[in-house]
Amino acid sequence: MQESLETVFGAMPFILQGAGITAGTVLCAMLLGLLLGVPMAVGQTHGGSILRRAIGLYVWFFRGVPILVLLYLFYFGLAYQVSSLHFNLAGREFSVSFELSPFAASCIVLGLTSAAYQSQIFRGAINSLPAGQLKAARALGMRDSVAVMHVILPQALRLSIPGLSNEYSILLKDSALVSVLGTMELMSRTKAIATSTAEYTAFYVTAALLYFIITILGVRGLRRLEKTLRIPGYTHV
Amino acid sequence: MTTHITSGSAVLEARGFCKSLGGKRILNDVSLRVNKGEMKVLIGPSGAGKSTFLQCINYLIPPDEGVLFLNGTPVAPSVKRELYALRERVGMIFQDFNLFDHLTVQENVSIALVKVKGMNRGAAALRAMEELERVGLSRRASVYPAQLSGGQKQRVAIARALAMDPEVILLDEPTSALDPELVGEVSAVIRELARGGMTMILATHQMEFARALATEILFMDRGEIIERGAPAELLASGGNTRTRAFFCKLAAEEGAC
Repeated sequence: MQESLETVFGAMPFILQGAGITAGTVLCAMLLGLLLGVPMAVGQTHGGSILRRAIGLYVWFFRGVPILVLLYLFYFGLAYQVSSLHFNLAGREFSVSFELSPFAASCIVLGLTSAAYQSQIFRGAINSLPAGQLKAARALGMRDSVAVMHVILPQALRLSIPGLSNEYSILLKDSALVSVLGTMELMSRTKAIATSTAEYTAFYVTAALLYFIITILGVRGLRRLEKTLRIPGYTHV
Repeated sequence: MTTHITSGSAVLEARGFCKSLGGKRILNDVSLRVNKGEMKVLIGPSGAGKSTFLQCINYLIPPDEGVLFLNGTPVAPSVKRELYALRERVGMIFQDFNLFDHLTVQENVSIALVKVKGMNRGAAALRAMEELERVGLSRRASVYPAQLSGGQKQRVAIARALAMDPEVILLDEPTSALDPELVGEVSAVIRELARGGMTMILATHQMEFARALATEILFMDRGEIIERGAPAELLASGGNTRTRAFFCKLAAEEGAC
């Protein structure tokens, strides 16, 4: 027991660095999901029929395909294919090459997946607002874009925070999957060091605790944000 | 489209408005003309089309047929710029207030001044305070709508519409959602506006408004205007009008007719 603890403490800096990468991946994915999810929700609630269908298709695709498949498809398939592009423009040859890091690929895949789920959280929040809000904004001469930006979204985003908190904790757990790309995050490091030291229980318990702590910190942060943004006297049903 | 120019000093004229929803005719050739300083009162049973008609006037519900004239000029709502300009010039008060819950009372009144009229925030805030003063709520400027009573909410909604300097205000049953003891404060503000010469079209069930303030009463039923005339004419005691019968039915519970 004593020996196991010493091994774990000795490897702590290595593990904690992994926890940092995990937190970073989730944060980046949440932000990408937010940046794409909000316009997608607005498009689904206020856009034309073609846009609504296109977004619907996107959401179904990312909800329907396992993240593991998406990670392999994106990193070993798509990103590899386009990492070196050669094209001919106006008689001149151009070639572009880039290398996508496992971290960036993880953030993109998790972010695109999260966007699908977040868009539905925001869509639900937008639809839960009384129809009179948009009507009143229009009656004052506001364009729909202004009404959405200044009347609908500030209220809908507040209502979305509990849903986002849920999405955050699911995303954090899904982030363990990105170890298959070779991202040296919490799960990869735990697996590596547990195998090399044969201290499986001690290291996986440590990893579980760290995942738990990151979950608590994020959920509490969002709860605090919810309280800070609370509208006095307002109880939405 | 042929160009129509209306005669006289009509601030607003709706001509031949028709609207069907889900295969049901909601409005059938409804026309109304309101001159400066007049108050037209729409009355009629629930489902008569009063609210739909008011919302067709500022194209919140686009009518299937009909032309709207503002100061004699036809409005082309398919041109977005004209649609927004129309809504800026025609204020609207809703039955359920529709205040923006995330904004303070003062921000509720000033937001459209900033976002629609392009005023700077300071000037808009000052203007908002003037309008709140007018409806007696300047001391509640920094609270949120959820902290107000129904009557106060409706007064804020009136201040919000007034701040835009509208030429006409449409009031869609402004006191219907209020508890009886709160109706008075909103009625008083509307009476004050009428005295000040504000041009208004009001849908209501309140006989008091119709009798005391209406320039003309229009009785609607099943999407059509069945009767129209001055209050004295339609509400004369012993008269045999649909309007009087309707009000008597409403007042019967109170034994007032």
